[in-house]
Amino acid sequence: MSVILILIGFSLSVAILFLVLYLWAVKSGQYDDKYTPSVRILFDDEIKDDREKDKNGDAEKSANKLNHNSIN
Amino acid sequence: MIETDKYMPAGVELKCYHCGEDCDTDDIRIDDKVFCCNGCKTVYEILDQNNLCTYYTLDENPGISQKKEIKRNYDFLDDPQLKEELIDFTDGNTTKVTFSIPQMHCSSCIWILENLFKLNPGIKFSRADFLKKIVTIQYSEKEITLKEVVRLLDSIGYEPDLNLEGKQKEKTNSHNKKLAYKIGIAGFAFGNIMLFSFPEYLHVESFSRDVLKETFGYLNILFALPVFFYSASEYFVSAYKGLKKKIVNIDVPVSLGIIVLFTRSLIEILTNTGVGYLDSMTALVFLLLVGRIFQNKTYDALNFERNYKSYFPIAVTIRKNGKETTKPVGKLKVRDRIIIKNNELVPADSVLINGRGFIDYSFVTGESNPVEKVNGDLIYAGGKQVGGAIEVETIKEVSQSYLTQLWNNEAFSKKYQSNINSMVNVVSKYFTFVILSIATVAGIYWWPESSIAFNAFTAVLIIACPCALALSTPFTLGNSLRIYGKNKFYLKNTDVVEAMSEITDIVFDKTGTLTETGSSTVKFIGEPLTDEEKVLVKTLVRNSSHPLSNGINELFDIDVSGDVKDFKEIPAKGIEAVINGKHVKIGSRMFVNHVQEENKIDLSTRVFLSIDGNTRGYFAIKNSYRENLDEIIKKLKRDYNLYLLSGDNDSEKPELQKIFGENTIMKFRQTPQAKLDFVKSLQQNGKKVLMIGDGLNDAGALKQSDVGISISENANNFSPACDGILESKSFGKLDEFINFAKTSKRIIIASFIISFIYNLVGIYFAVQGTLSPVIAAILMPLSSISVVVFTTFTTNAFAKSKKLL
Repeated sequence: MSVILILIGFSLSVAILFLVLYLWAVKSGQYDDKYTPSVRILFDDEIKDDREKDKNGDAEKSANKLNHNSIN
Repeated sequence: MIETDKYMPAGVELKCYHCGEDCDTDDIRIDDKVFCCNGCKTVYEILDQNNLCTYYTLDENPGISQKKEIKRNYDFLDDPQLKEELIDFTDGNTTKVTFSIPQMHCSSCIWILENLFKLNPGIKFSRADFLKKIVTIQYSEKEITLKEVVRLLDSIGYEPDLNLEGKQKEKTNSHNKKLAYKIGIAGFAFGNIMLFSFPEYLHVESFSRDVLKETFGYLNILFALPVFFYSASEYFVSAYKGLKKKIVNIDVPVSLGIIVLFTRSLIEILTNTGVGYLDSMTALVFLLLVGRIFQNKTYDALNFERNYKSYFPIAVTIRKNGKETTKPVGKLKVRDRIIIKNNELVPADSVLINGRGFIDYSFVTGESNPVEKVNGDLIYAGGKQVGGAIEVETIKEVSQSYLTQLWNNEAFSKKYQSNINSMVNVVSKYFTFVILSIATVAGIYWWPESSIAFNAFTAVLIIACPCALALSTPFTLGNSLRIYGKNKFYLKNTDVVEAMSEITDIVFDKTGTLTETGSSTVKFIGEPLTDEEKVLVKTLVRNSSHPLSNGINELFDIDVSGDVKDFKEIPAKGIEAVINGKHVKIGSRMFVNHVQEENKIDLSTRVFLSIDGNTRGYFAIKNSYRENLDEIIKKLKRDYNLYLLSGDNDSEKPELQKIFGENTIMKFRQTPQAKLDFVKSLQQNGKKVLMIGDGLNDAGALKQSDVGISISENANNFSPACDGILESKSFGKLDEFINFAKTSKRIIIASFIISFIYNLVGIYFAVQGTLSPVIAAILMPLSSISVVVFTTFTTNAFAKSKKLL
């Protein structure tokens, strides 16, 4: 019977992990805006003009990095 | 439109590359791209220079029309105090600020707002929230100022809506987060307790003696603790608050049920006499909280709570010791000298001391003809200066002004409270007493055997816990709210639906409510006028303030010139004058060429024009009433008392009387205060009033009425504080909307009956003291879920049958 207790312990810790993940997701604001990210994700396939391509590419990468830092 | 035809080849429509509006000419262009105005072209140039033309590939013609562009002055943003109030935070180097951008409407908008850093490297990061229509910007103080950020947004057509009210919204946001936590925890506990209760449901033989049973029991308590103390806490608080005010609201029996469930389960598990009802308790709390989500459904992007402050500029330019500085409107004092520039609002009652004033009071009264003012004249707050800059001296504080006095009315100090008379609370009062007496009777009946007596008493309270009752209202009304939203009718909250179902009287505002704003409905029929003739006509009609003259005046976009002699205005007939030596007459057929008017076929009014005795033709002026107005009025008249209140003059009274009928009370030249008082007097006679209006001048009446609906061409535009925003396109469905509110109420009553039947079944078991946890675990969620399903299905079905869905 004790094996059931061990298994329950495992399953519970997994369940609690998910609960904590959910609470964290709410806290970090992932449910605040349920629409814009769905649009934003499509922006990455940007058609670039050939001029200034390299320069802009670099600038954007660093800018993106900045964005991510500032969310957290 | 009529005039543009000759510039374009037939059949080809020219659409502005930036905003998609029809172009009058193809003169304004870059390469093969045509623009409707120079403003749009400028925005395109800015974006093109910065390599941001992806803007135009994401959505077709995404831009915001720049035709009505006025150059705004943002100097007041240099005021440190004001800046402090607008920004979210700053550390001296980096500043974070959140702007509301009502113009945001497509994915291109999101894209450009999130790529602001390409336009100005001083902006480090920007993020848009489409539903709330806000953008959060982080910028470097060293490289760019707040004023420049706002100017940048304005230059690409996204003028931020600057006001100091936005910060209150964060509160509701954190409340929603809390609800999400509570639901997460309750759902988690509910699922796990359910699993641990399975052996009990299935009557596993060996289970009762097993060590597992004890372990599961303690684990269940562990899970139930946060649900009881955290997730369910708001029900206890609400019940306590209600009882303190001697109101037995629905949360009282709910809390009673939860508390009894929890304590009895604790006793059973700890004394090893049973397994308790913790599964039922957590399920109950979980479902109730889900219901609350439905009830809390709000429209993030819409603001129902605007007060006069959001109409006024947040700061004004004042002259102090000969120097011009800015000052926040809230700090204006009597005797401050304010400079009012073109298109700026006068924020407080003032006296004109310098310059020539043309004050447009359309904001306040609905009357759109600018009034000329000379030095020493009084200008009321809310008037808009048209023309050159003027200097005024305030004579009253902003909050004491003619217009803003309205907001000192008690109607505005009334704090929001959930309406205690809502049906569910009325029912719950009797419900609670009945249940308590049944429980007591059952307890007394079994009395000698105290354990059965205790069981029966608690079981009645448990099974009768009105979960289904508590859920029926939020789900029905929440769903109605959603259906209204699909029809472009946005309500502040679910209480409004209930209030709307009890309406007896409807009060209409005229300008902007019954009439459409800005639609040109004037046509000239006859040989096209030459430019010279247009000048004559326009010069003449400008001298008259008659609504028909205004319509004709707006038809021609041409400079007026010439001297007017012998101007005569004959009421109900027409106007005439000698302009540049030509005798121009405009008016009725009888007046212009002495022929009796034929019987009219259409609803439009005809105004004839003659120049030097030659009849040139007539202006067909369609009344600018909303489409189907007479139809909808006819329908509403059957069931409700209708009234019309207008700030305008009564020139349209005969027309309106035709639509409304002779008996309808119509009041003209009503001040905002008079409108409020009228609504109040109706209410004092026991009427439930629905007021529908649009302007700041209706704000008081909207607030006073039981349901105040503001009508708007676009729900994201400015609208006064109200209970609901109706997009003008849906005006024709007003009667359907009110009927649907009544249907919703009937659905709630039906679902009450269903939940009572479940309760009767449950009580049948409970009074015998034989309520097993399995029956409770089945019956309670089943009753709730079936009520939810019933209300959702029936509201949808009714909405479909009324073509609202």
